[in-house]
Amino acid sequence: MANEISDETIDYVGILAKLELSAGEKEQAKKDMGRMLDYIDKLEELDTSGVEPMSHIFDVKNVFREDIVTNGDMREDMLKNAPGEKDGMFIAPRTFE
Amino acid sequence: MNILELTAAELAAQIKAGKITVPEAAKAVLKRIEEKDSVYNCYITVDREAVLKKADEIQAKIEKGELTGPLAGVPVAVKDNMCTKDMLTSCASKILGNFRPSYSAEAVKKLEQAGMLLIGKTNMDEFAMGSTTETSAYGVTRNPWNTDCVPGGSSGGSAAAVAALECFAALGSDTGGSIRQPASFCGVVGMKPTYGTVSRYGLIAYGSSLDQIGPIGRDVTDCAALLEAIASYDEKDSTSVKRQDTDFTAALVKDVKGMKIGVPRDYFGEGLDTEVKEAVLKAAQVFRKLGAEVEEFDLSLVEYAIPAYYTIAAAEASSNLERFDGIKYGYRTPDYEGLHNMYKKTRSEGFGEEVKRRIMLGSFVLSSGYYDAYYLKALKVKALIKKAFDEAFARYDLILGPVAPTTAPKLGESLSDPLKMYLGDIYTISVNLAGLPGISVPCGRDSKGMPIGLQLIADCFKEKTLIRAAYSFEAARGAFGLPGMSVQDETRKLAAERKGE
Repeated sequence: MANEISDETIDYVGILAKLELSAGEKEQAKKDMGRMLDYIDKLEELDTSGVEPMSHIFDVKNVFREDIVTNGDMREDMLKNAPGEKDGMFIAPRTFE
Repeated sequence: MNILELTAAELAAQIKAGKITVPEAAKAVLKRIEEKDSVYNCYITVDREAVLKKADEIQAKIEKGELTGPLAGVPVAVKDNMCTKDMLTSCASKILGNFRPSYSAEAVKKLEQAGMLLIGKTNMDEFAMGSTTETSAYGVTRNPWNTDCVPGGSSGGSAAAVAALECFAALGSDTGGSIRQPASFCGVVGMKPTYGTVSRYGLIAYGSSLDQIGPIGRDVTDCAALLEAIASYDEKDSTSVKRQDTDFTAALVKDVKGMKIGVPRDYFGEGLDTEVKEAVLKAAQVFRKLGAEVEEFDLSLVEYAIPAYYTIAAAEASSNLERFDGIKYGYRTPDYEGLHNMYKKTRSEGFGEEVKRRIMLGSFVLSSGYYDAYYLKALKVKALIKKAFDEAFARYDLILGPVAPTTAPKLGESLSDPLKMYLGDIYTISVNLAGLPGISVPCGRDSKGMPIGLQLIADCFKEKTLIRAAYSFEAARGAFGLPGMSVQDETRKLAAERKGE
């Protein structure tokens, strides 16, 4: 295997992905990602110098509209799905003391 | 006549003529689901009472002449990654196990405006990540042709429901083949339109630059009619395309004379099952007989589509799925210490294995130091793949090939080796990278009786060419049949069993 994923890398990816992995899951993830990257490395066979990266197949431009509210007040509806809710607001864990 | 064996268009015609009522059709479907879905598990949610109430309302509107569309009154199913107001929309994930959206997806609204009856929400791979419908948090869906086999995925519930007569047509979504491949495995017709044709508003995003909603039906006519109903420009989707030519049923014409069809040699190489190959080449022969000019050519770059796709899709997924944080909706872990620990625990407990695998890969390829080498490289390869298709469509009206390298695999065979599962997407995936329309039409069955799908691919906005060719082929092929015995036989058997008890 060409791509060896280190413990540091998988921990860093865990932070970026906001995922908590058990020791066993971590080992599996290192193996899976290494294998997948080996496969993705196949793209290096292609010479892409001078090729523009294509994020969209059509020539899409940013779409603007006037900042006018067209939907009604849906606060009650939105809050129905919240895991925690108080006084018309979402409850989130305390972030500072 | 058995109501369930009618196509969607036939049923709508009978309803319009007053020979069948919408409540009758709804009850027939609900009874079928009751009898069969404990085995197939096509649905995550069916709200029986709501369906019957809605059926009465639609019937009244049809009688008053308020609903006159070509599919008015037809019971349809919707994949569980499209928002339905006040109805569970789980994406087959634990993390959305209690999510009842406050609005409906634009495509769902279009169905309702056309007078169709939403029967329920279908099973799928979690967040549409998978090719077998086995990554669902709601159990596997079984293939109606053989319950030991998968229905394909990720729109496996929708395709199986259409094949099992548990609805008349369904909506799926296709990011890398997720409509066409399950349609192929279940012996039904599935179509992915040109990117931007159907609004993605209310479709829970996986790979936004690749995702597209499309129809699954028992024949090409139903797919064309359903696509016509849901295609629309929508300012709520910034990638929506303004199109004038969405009268897709106008292309239901039996004529392929002079049509130029290219068969990519690189689609028939190593890894393709012999029986699938024979069936697809036989279909190419049918087109020749119908007067089309069919020739082989080299498409090139085929083996680069999968690595490019999984890089781009994983990158977009890692970004799109950041919104599941346990604050605004969905699951939140019961025990945590502080905000970041809550995020991590919520997501780790809420997401399944395959979803986590793709989020991690996506986070990695977007991280600083690797972004250019992986993500940008994949976007450049995407440009090359698009160019290869442009060159092909300068010479051909259509590309013809298989949908998948094999017929439906056995349950449990695919998940043990993710990379092997990804390789099964080789013929469908480049269509999404290039934004093209593609259709899967049943073209044969293997020696075990499992359906084989033929894939036709057209240039962007050429759905009509696709529909005309698929419709012509379907007519030449003749009836494909339904899984197992006929419904009449089955109903008799069930009645006999009940008598015996």
